[in-house]
Amino acid sequence: MGETPHRSADAGTGGTRVTESHERSAGASARLVEAPVSTRTPGGTGLGGGGALPRARAFGAERGFRGLTLAAGTVVLVIIAAIAVFLVAKAVPAIRADTENFWTFEGWFPNDSEPKFGIGALAFGTVLTAALALLVAVPVALGIALYLSHYAPRRVGTTLGFLIDLLAAVPSVVFGLWGREIFLRPVQDFSVWLNKYFSWIPIFGGEGPFGKSILLGSLVLAIMVLPIITSLSREVFLQTPTANEEAALALGATRWEMLRTAVLPYGRPGIIAAVMLGLGRALGETIALAMTLGITFNISFNLIQNGGNSIAANIANTFGEANETGRGALIASGLVLFAITLIVNITARVIIYRRREFTESAA
Amino acid sequence: MAKRIEASNVTAYYGAFKAIENINITVEPKTVTALIGPSGCGKSTFLRSINRMHEVLPGARVEGSLTIDDQDIYDRDVDVTAVRRMIGMVFQRPNPFPTMSIYENVVAGLRLNGVRKKSILDEAAENSLRSANLWDEVKDRLGKPGAGLSGGQQQRLCIARTIAVEPQVVLMDEPCSALDPISTLAIEDLMFQLKDKFTIIIVTHNMQQAARVSDRTAFFSIEKTGDPGRLIEYDNTQKIFSNPSQKKTEDYITGRFG
Ligand SMILES: Nc1ncnc2c1ncn2[C@@H]1O[C@H](COP(=O)(O)OP(=O)(O)O)[C@@H](O)[C@H]1O
Ligand SMILES: [Mg+2]
Repeated sequence: MGETPHRSADAGTGGTRVTESHERSAGASARLVEAPVSTRTPGGTGLGGGGALPRARAFGAERGFRGLTLAAGTVVLVIIAAIAVFLVAKAVPAIRADTENFWTFEGWFPNDSEPKFGIGALAFGTVLTAALALLVAVPVALGIALYLSHYAPRRVGTTLGFLIDLLAAVPSVVFGLWGREIFLRPVQDFSVWLNKYFSWIPIFGGEGPFGKSILLGSLVLAIMVLPIITSLSREVFLQTPTANEEAALALGATRWEMLRTAVLPYGRPGIIAAVMLGLGRALGETIALAMTLGITFNISFNLIQNGGNSIAANIANTFGEANETGRGALIASGLVLFAITLIVNITARVIIYRRREFTESAA
Repeated sequence: MAKRIEASNVTAYYGAFKAIENINITVEPKTVTALIGPSGCGKSTFLRSINRMHEVLPGARVEGSLTIDDQDIYDRDVDVTAVRRMIGMVFQRPNPFPTMSIYENVVAGLRLNGVRKKSILDEAAENSLRSANLWDEVKDRLGKPGAGLSGGQQQRLCIARTIAVEPQVVLMDEPCSALDPISTLAIEDLMFQLKDKFTIIIVTHNMQQAARVSDRTAFFSIEKTGDPGRLIEYDNTQKIFSNPSQKKTEDYITGRFG
């Protein structure tokens, strides 16, 4: 009965209502008013109790907790709303002051007396680097994840999986440094080679110099998002019910066919979530891109020439010397980045939602 | 469309643990054979060694010889996927592919075999669902998820999926143990019809079921935990249930009925 004092204290708070309702009811419940909750503890009439059913308590841990979570949720919403209002209030005057078209102008001079800046090239660079990074990372990540979950001996799979999780914890500035100091060389050589033999394809054209390019930035990004995507998809693949894998094998599937019939479809929502998480990281990546892109302000599909930029990298690079309008302009660019991520996430949700009939029954 | 299975001295291991030892059984085409016996005596293990599903588990292996119409299925040169296509399997718990529609589930095996033509798939889907006594219940919702059906319907869907690839033999591992009595009867009825075309081997815990559906019954048992399971008696079902020649069989059967 150790808990009783605490519990009856609780009950006391809500006591008035309990008593009121009980006064009108039969004798059996009178006992309940005296010890409203003792039936919950072994010392009472017993757990499965012979007595009447105990009343629900008006105030208890349950209600308190509900209030607490509601309050926490409200606070978060209020804070988010406040941030949004603040950002928009900063961004709007800057965009008003822009003497060029904010959407299409290719350049970023918000600190001039006649501010000129446009988001087009930055948004383009952001989306292009992220898309290229995923294009490279997703197939590799899924391949590694499938290998780890279904081909590698269990011990190898666990060890490698752990190493990959470690890789996910490397800070992006380290990737940035590595990218510009070490990885730059081979990418440069590769770019020159591409340019020599494939310059007839516009994305590999140009006169150089090559190196700090969209290609370098995207490859570094790809390596950065690889561990997240691999690690999450591996988890998802491991969760495929054995019964479904065996069903496929028993129908005469080879191992690869089994993966295609049972594992990949089952993991689809999880794969999409993993890719979206990787994409989120790629879109928002700041420092690694600030260190590996060529930082130019033009819209170009050329992947290997020095150049490229992204919204987040531009914020990191120019925030230091920005004046009032400059900061407003950067905030505006941040809002655009937010809009891009939002659209991407909503798209992913729509894709998952469309197939919910199948994925819910899968759970 | 139905073949004869001959197991001689089949012994199966999980790693170092010997689960069954020296099983000898001959199963005639177009019959239903029931495997009965206490839990853990190796019925599932033996069943899974018939379509080479046993070796899917890490460390699991099979010794001895298993032939289907005199062809050794454990031969080095035999393609294991071909064996599994020839010997279909229905599992204890219904396991339709959760991401697939009813239709896709039924034709999954055909797709694995490279069948692409819609007309062939449609026809096979309808025929298999009809054979599984499920067609009337699902014909209007073939595009809906297979996992949305009731347990009994799901199990019949799995049977349809298994017979869609036209195997020679159908193995069933306690196919009714997760089902209610009505669904169980539906599947037992189905077995009577299927034995016109297929050789059926069924593991069951339910003695009445074994007596109702099977032509031949094999009784497995173990001495004590840790020992390998052995085949105690294999005979016509009638004989096993009325006048078994082994004391152990009689004890088991009467114990259960008594
Ligand atoms: N995956 C497994 N790994 C190790 N031992 C197993 C495995 N599956 C079954 N066994 C063992 O093999 C023996 C036979 O099991 P099983 O064939 O499932 O029996 P039954 O189907 O007759 O109940 C049991 O002792 C069981 O513990
Ligand atoms: Mg079993």
